[in-house]
Amino acid sequence: MSVKTKRIIYNIVLTISVIFVLIWCIFPFYWAVVSSLKPNSELFDPNPTLWPKSPTFSNYVKVFQERPFHVNIWNSVVVSGITTIVTLIFGSFAGYAIARLHMKGKSFVMILILAVSMFPQISILGSLFVILRNMKLINTYLGLILPYVAITLPLTTWILQNFFRDLPKEIEEAAAIDGCSRTRTLFQIVFPMSAPGLVATGLLTFISAWNEFLFAFTFMQKPDYYTVPVAIAMFSGRTQYEQPWGQLMAAAVIVTVPLVVLVLIFQNRIIAGLSAGGVKG
Amino acid sequence: MKAKTRETLVAWGMVIPALLVISIIAFLPLFQTFYNSFFETGLRPDIEKKFVGFGNYVELFKDDRFQDALKNTIFFTIVSVILETIFGLLIAILVNQPFKMRGVVRAAMLIPWAIPTAISSQMWKWMFDPSSGILTKLLEALNIVEPGVPILAMPNTAMWAIIAVDVWKTTPFMALLILAGLQLIPEELYEAARIDGANIWQRFSKITLPMVQSTIGVALIFRTLDALRVFDVVFIMTRGSVNTETLAVYNRVLLMDRAFSGAWFGYGSALSVIIFVLISIFAVIYIRSLRIKLE
Repeated sequence: MSVKTKRIIYNIVLTISVIFVLIWCIFPFYWAVVSSLKPNSELFDPNPTLWPKSPTFSNYVKVFQERPFHVNIWNSVVVSGITTIVTLIFGSFAGYAIARLHMKGKSFVMILILAVSMFPQISILGSLFVILRNMKLINTYLGLILPYVAITLPLTTWILQNFFRDLPKEIEEAAAIDGCSRTRTLFQIVFPMSAPGLVATGLLTFISAWNEFLFAFTFMQKPDYYTVPVAIAMFSGRTQYEQPWGQLMAAAVIVTVPLVVLVLIFQNRIIAGLSAGGVKG
Repeated sequence: MKAKTRETLVAWGMVIPALLVISIIAFLPLFQTFYNSFFETGLRPDIEKKFVGFGNYVELFKDDRFQDALKNTIFFTIVSVILETIFGLLIAILVNQPFKMRGVVRAAMLIPWAIPTAISSQMWKWMFDPSSGILTKLLEALNIVEPGVPILAMPNTAMWAIIAVDVWKTTPFMALLILAGLQLIPEELYEAARIDGANIWQRFSKITLPMVQSTIGVALIFRTLDALRVFDVVFIMTRGSVNTETLAVYNRVLLMDRAFSGAWFGYGSALSVIIFVLISIFAVIYIRSLRIKLE
């Protein structure tokens, strides 16, 4: 085989593989979009078409009219938002201490944090339910935020301590020599310099809180308190046998699009965060 | 006070809020789960609490439903983790090649991972719909399933459908992890091998594989941890029917459905402990494999 034929075969295999991977990754999402735009007659056609013949937005209207989906979105925004802020605050303090300060018992703290990040949630589900019930926190935002802070903190702390470790130490040392106190160094130099890392980590925290299902499904027992994943999992029609797939796909698309956009931005952030977080001035 | 002692105090002060939350929300319930697993107890106030020692554990191992759940969990874990590793490695090698639009493909690979499992499970459930699901049509056309057979309601196909969702969701992420390892391999190694006349397979097995071995190992253990506690996808696709119930799904039934009607809470706690121990084994291996620098 000549070098040229080899080249051609390589290119063909490469192109086919790339197309296959692209379809594999995107198709389920694409199909959700297409299905959400189809009227019921097309949706339940035994020979489905790959694009809607007469696209309609009626499913997008109905999902807010026939059920409290906007309430579910609000619940998710509040719970995930507050979780992210609290976790970032606690996590960056803990992460900084682990990365930079002299501390007796540091390895103990690190192993503890890493261990909790691998806790199977199901193992604490029952007892946590009893604790929250005793504190009258079932069906409240706080009753979901507390567990979410606890399960997202380990990973957040871990990523942040790695991030702080990679910051150039010289800047902090220079600040110390200039007479800047530890607290001031932290707030006026370290945190601003870490902004890209904090944003990237915050997005990760937000996504894991936004996506969580088991706790939300167990601790929020009224439809008005459901978060988005629970509302979508519990989606039902007027009768048990009639699943409104069009509306369900519309709901899925509504909450997935912002998430996908966030992740695409986040992807750049992570690269920028690691390369641009360096020394300036 | 010495400067070092002072610094330790400041450091602990900064760590304490995080530790406090983690202790109250994660460790306290864990200890209670261990404690309750030795009792016969329920969630209704009128159910009497009775100490039974290891009774719950003994009963569990005689419980057919537990044994089935254990088998299903192990089957799910082994099959999905193997498929994710193989496909993950292949895709990683693919997107490590130079080609146009490589950035677009890498970005697209994050989409399955970003969609909440609860939502992607519903998307797939719709694609597996018995009468108008697009995948059902495709599989029927390829003669893989017989027409009119509901894929998610048959014991021999339902678990495979669930595995498909998990593989779809996780493979691209696995690929990105392995890709990070691939990018560390110096191009000169391949150049030298080419000059020495090594073919594609030799370059793959003698250079690529040994160089990404540890990355794959870490990703593999991490995925195993995750697969052993699988809940969302199984619960949403089948509710654990037709031979798909996993340990976590059965555990929730015991703790949240049955514990209000009878003394099942202690029994459920015993299962929680078993899941915890099972995962801890892999967690310890994982933490060791990271070889953390502790100072």
